[in-house]
Amino acid sequence: MLRNSPPGSADVATLERKATQLRRHMLTMARGQGQGYIGQGLGIADVLAALYFHELRYDPHNLAWPDRDRFLLSTGHYSIALWAALAEAGIIPVEELVTYGADDSRLEMSTLDTTPGVEVIGGSLGHGLGQGIGQALGLRLDCSDARVFVELSDGEMQEGSTWEAAMSASHFELDGLVALIDCNGIQADGPVVLKMEPVADKWRAFGWETVEINGNDMKAIVEALADARRRNGKPRAIVLRTLPGKGVPHIETSEKSHFFRIDVAQWDGIIAEFDKSMGAHQ
Amino acid sequence: MSGGGIMAGRTLAMGQDEAVGGGRQTVEAPFGQALARLGHSRHDIVGLTADLGKYTDILPFRDAFPDRFFNVGMAEQNLVAVAGGLARTGKVPFATTYGVFATRRAYDFVAIALAHSNLNVKIVAGLPGLTTGYGGTHQAIEDLALMRMIPGLTVIDPCDATEIDAATEAIAEHRGPVYMRLLRGSVPVVFEPGYTFEIGKARRLREGSDVGIIATGFMTERALDAAEALQRQAISVGVLHVPTIKPFDTAAVTEFAGSVSHIVTAENHVMVGGLASLVVESLFEAGIARKVTRIGLPDRYIECGAVPTLQAKYGLNTEALVATITGLVPA
Repeated sequence: MLRNSPPGSADVATLERKATQLRRHMLTMARGQGQGYIGQGLGIADVLAALYFHELRYDPHNLAWPDRDRFLLSTGHYSIALWAALAEAGIIPVEELVTYGADDSRLEMSTLDTTPGVEVIGGSLGHGLGQGIGQALGLRLDCSDARVFVELSDGEMQEGSTWEAAMSASHFELDGLVALIDCNGIQADGPVVLKMEPVADKWRAFGWETVEINGNDMKAIVEALADARRRNGKPRAIVLRTLPGKGVPHIETSEKSHFFRIDVAQWDGIIAEFDKSMGAHQ
Repeated sequence: MSGGGIMAGRTLAMGQDEAVGGGRQTVEAPFGQALARLGHSRHDIVGLTADLGKYTDILPFRDAFPDRFFNVGMAEQNLVAVAGGLARTGKVPFATTYGVFATRRAYDFVAIALAHSNLNVKIVAGLPGLTTGYGGTHQAIEDLALMRMIPGLTVIDPCDATEIDAATEAIAEHRGPVYMRLLRGSVPVVFEPGYTFEIGKARRLREGSDVGIIATGFMTERALDAAEALQRQAISVGVLHVPTIKPFDTAAVTEFAGSVSHIVTAENHVMVGGLASLVVESLFEAGIARKVTRIGLPDRYIECGAVPTLQAKYGLNTEALVATITGLVPA
């Protein structure tokens, strides 16, 4: 069954429920090993829900379909969010999620493209956008209207290769390419270590049609993605201001949010609180 | 681009170089010609460069297939990443730059964006070793060593125009990432038409019993010339040409070593990590005890200068090979 074709088949409330489900999966995964990059995952849950259940055109039963839209997760360590989305999309079994980060699991803490649904090896930051450009060029040569969505992060903008890629994407007029820039304000050493602002102006200066939104506001995400369907000769950048740990207060406020490790009892407490609060909302 | 007539002692202009010694017939831009020819039947081949199209001989392909050619500018990491993305859509990208940039600058991309996923990208890299007078910034003296460490990457160091043509066709057929050294401009013809190239296969070009030269790249031309000269001194020299550094033809090397009393390795590359290391590893593992003399570049960066001057100074010409081998054999 083809998903989201034409795009825009789900409403905002449905997508918000999907995002909640993705967050619930991520908590299950992190509890399994007691650790993970869950802050980042929770932060981009809304974007992934919008992509996989609204915007991306793909066939979960034919992952090699040449005309599928591609989603490249450049930040491989956000894998916890991707596994949640791929499970919810029916590409990997939901029951497998508990193996996240375990020895011999396909659901690595950083993505490898041997896992079904993974378009690119992420994790060596600065790799995703250039590979997305290559895919967009290849699709154009094949006269395909499929689009390429590349997620990258604010910290990743410190890699020079990000800007090599940004410059060439506008040169090649890749208007089927959408960069989703997750600005969550953190990186390995803590809060972003360089002055990154103004982020949106940087992308505009490199020739990208750029919009900046609250990356945890489903309505804003859906609208920005809808606008990015319009092709005008320019690549699209959507600057997403996201909150690490979004939806789980204990993680939102944690100073450890780049990599999160707590004991099982604490995870159980967090999950119970999450379920209770979701129950109250539904 | 002229490959000949370079005055010793003069630093070369950017487009000039002299890949190999003089006296032989040459072919202009054998790589670009071969790629353009293949492009007619292979619609999946695309060309890329990072602002070195002119200097890596890929312009014949660009001129024949402008829609399938992408110049990403001076950005070698992006060159490799974009090539990887194209490969993921079923294209067979040939990406050109200089060896120094493909290795030192873009190494993580070659390793992770290409080799880790076994993507079907061919990196064709100009200015191997001492083929430019531009000094350490442009001389890829350690590229074979760096690239052979990358799992799954095929590494090729062709000798002449004939082999470049054949190897271009072979790597286009081969499924997987490749790093090929490029001799550009007017490239001498050493091998006769009909020479066949097979990835991973060494070729015994000359039989001999005193000394066996195991050579790669343009050093094979010098090895053949040296063997001819040494025959006049009654020294019998065999030559094994090893154009594929990885996968390495261990069987051919060990068999060849068994037929001679002394081995000389000859490479346009530092003496560590490349051909010499591979030969020694192969012989040691096979339990074959032979004295091995290494000819290659020393453990230092090389200065600027005219190519023939540098090649003579660092022992990469026929005369140096002859002198070394003469010294090995008791009079």
